[in-house]
Parts: sequence; C-alpha cells; structure tokens
Amino acid sequence: MSAVSAHATVDEPRLPPVTEIGMASLALIVAGGIYLSSHIPEHVPLTPAIILLALSALLLAGNLAALSRVQGFAWVRFFQIARWSLLAYAITAGLIEFAFLEDHLSGGPLVVLTLSLVVYAVHVPMLIAFTVARYEVPAAA
Amino acid sequence: MSGVTVVPSEVATHHEGAGPPARPPLEFEIVPRKGLIVVAVVFVVLIVAIAANKLWPLMFLHVTGGAAWTIIDLFLGFVLGPILGRLSIPARIELVTKLMPKMLIIMPTVVTVALAAGWQLGNKLGFVMSQSPNHGWVVASFIVVGVMAIVALGLLEPANIAVLVELKKPQPRPEVIERLMKRFIYSAGITGAMQVATLVIMTRLASG
Repeated sequence: MSAVSAHATVDEPRLPPVTEIGMASLALIVAGGIYLSSHIPEHVPLTPAIILLALSALLLAGNLAALSRVQGFAWVRFFQIARWSLLAYAITAGLIEFAFLEDHLSGGPLVVLTLSLVVYAVHVPMLIAFTVARYEVPAAA
Repeated sequence: MSGVTVVPSEVATHHEGAGPPARPPLEFEIVPRKGLIVVAVVFVVLIVAIAANKLWPLMFLHVTGGAAWTIIDLFLGFVLGPILGRLSIPARIELVTKLMPKMLIIMPTVVTVALAAGWQLGNKLGFVMSQSPNHGWVVASFIVVGVMAIVALGLLEPANIAVLVELKKPQPRPEVIERLMKRFIYSAGITGAMQVATLVIMTRLASG
C-alpha cells in the first residue's frame, strides 16, 4: 500500500455527496420494500412505506438539484453513461414489476412498490454516471 | 485487504513528468456485446418461469442464480481480491480488463434471476406469507439482500464501470484506478461476508 500512496490523491472539484445521498435513498426504498413484503398477505398500513418512499424521492430530487449546480461537470460523459444504465435498470425494474403483477399485487402496495422501482431505476444509473463522470478531466484543464 | 490496489505503473510512468505521451487505448469492450445475447435469453427463461409458476423451473433458477451469486461474491471478496493485490502490474491490468467487463453482465443477471425466481418461489411455497413458521428467516433474508443490494448498486457496480472507462482512456490516471479498485474490492469483501449470512438463512429454510 505504501508504495502507491503517493498516487492516492485525486484532483477533482468539490462535489456534493451524491454517492452517500444516493445510497441513503436506496436504503429508504429497500426498507419500505421489506416492510411491505414482510406483511404479505395481511393488510398493510401504508403510511410508513409512503413516508420512506417520499423521503427517498426527496433525496433523489435533492441529489439531482445539487449535481445540476456543479460547474464544469462532465455532463457529456454523464449522460452518455446514464442513458445506457437507465435502459439496463429500466429492464430489471420491469422484470420486478412483472413479478409483482404475476403475484396479483394491487392497490396501494402496488403503487408504492412501483414508485419505489422508479426511484431505483433513476437513482442507480445516476450513481453510475456520476462515478464515471466525476473523474473525467475537463477539456479545458 | 491492505495490499489490494491496482495501479498500472505503465500508466503511472506515462503520467509523470511533463507532456506524457498518450498510449493507444487498451483493446477491450466495457460491456461485452455478445454476452448481452446470453443475458437476453436468460431473462426470457426467467419471464417464462415466473409466468408458468411451476416449482422446478423456479427452484432451478433460484438455486443456480443464488449459488452463482454467492460463490462469485465469496471468491472475489476472499480469494481473487487479495491475489489481485499481489500480481505484477501488467498482470493486474490484464486481469482487470478481462474480468471486469464479464462481471458487469454476469452479476446483475445472476442477482436478478436469483431474486425474481426466489420471490416467486417463496410465494408458491408460502414462505413469504406472514403465517409461515419460516417467515422470520425470510424477512432476515430480505434484510441481508437489501444491504447487499445497497452496497452493490451504490458502490460496487459504479466503481466497476468507472475503472473500465478510466482504463479505456489514452492516459488513464493511476490514482483514479487505485481509488476505484479499492472501492470495488472492499465492496466485494463486504458482500462476500454478507453471503455467509445468506448461506445460513437459505440452508435453514431448505431444512424446514
């Protein structure tokens, strides 16, 4: 490790904690999903799951807003990676949604879980694209 | 894990000093396109199995997907990861550029298959129902899988893609690759350790 420590610093602009916030957002929807799925087939009070989903969506919106304010960010690379990741995660989210529908899930739990999948399918590609784009050296540098 | 760093010294040498010469980008596909055909076939089989809702296809997909996921995580976290840190620099680069593109399509596929077939199987066998005597173990597996998913989706996979993109550049930065590889290997170690919990839960469930 010591032999390579000299290389350990990476010059990059100050960036918002996108990865940390993204993981917190994912943790909230995972918690909501576990809460709902652990009560099947009993009636599930939806309020805790809705609160967790709302907080997760709020973190996603905050993350997008914070990142959009970063000047000189490698947006071309960001969107190049984000659009393909979005396609991949939309497919996996679609598969999970298909399993829910096959299990005749309906009503409030279906809506909450579907919206959770939307947050997942947007936030994960954003994290991937951010991780790649943050190390892109701007052309002017 | 302290020795687990991948710093291409060839790259470092090129990067040091004024006006480092750009080398031709390494020849590899970040996402192996031929592998996507296999992924598509596996997903079609998964969809058919869920729609048919028969015991054997669901059991087959859940056990094979879950076994592949567990074994790969354990092997990567505890066997290959430490070895990677002790390889010569060119060997590390070669291994990374050959291994990680495959991981990029294998891991999301086996995870999706294991989870989707597992959920359907749990429904069919009644394990996910709250009245089931095994329900506590099923909820425990949800929590373990949830933690692994957060680590994998938030840390491991972004690092996997970012290190490949960096290696593709004419002048990859060694410090970036070092940071990303550390993140990848530590995340793999965490998910590997959590797979031990998965093994305990799944063997307990299978034992009735």
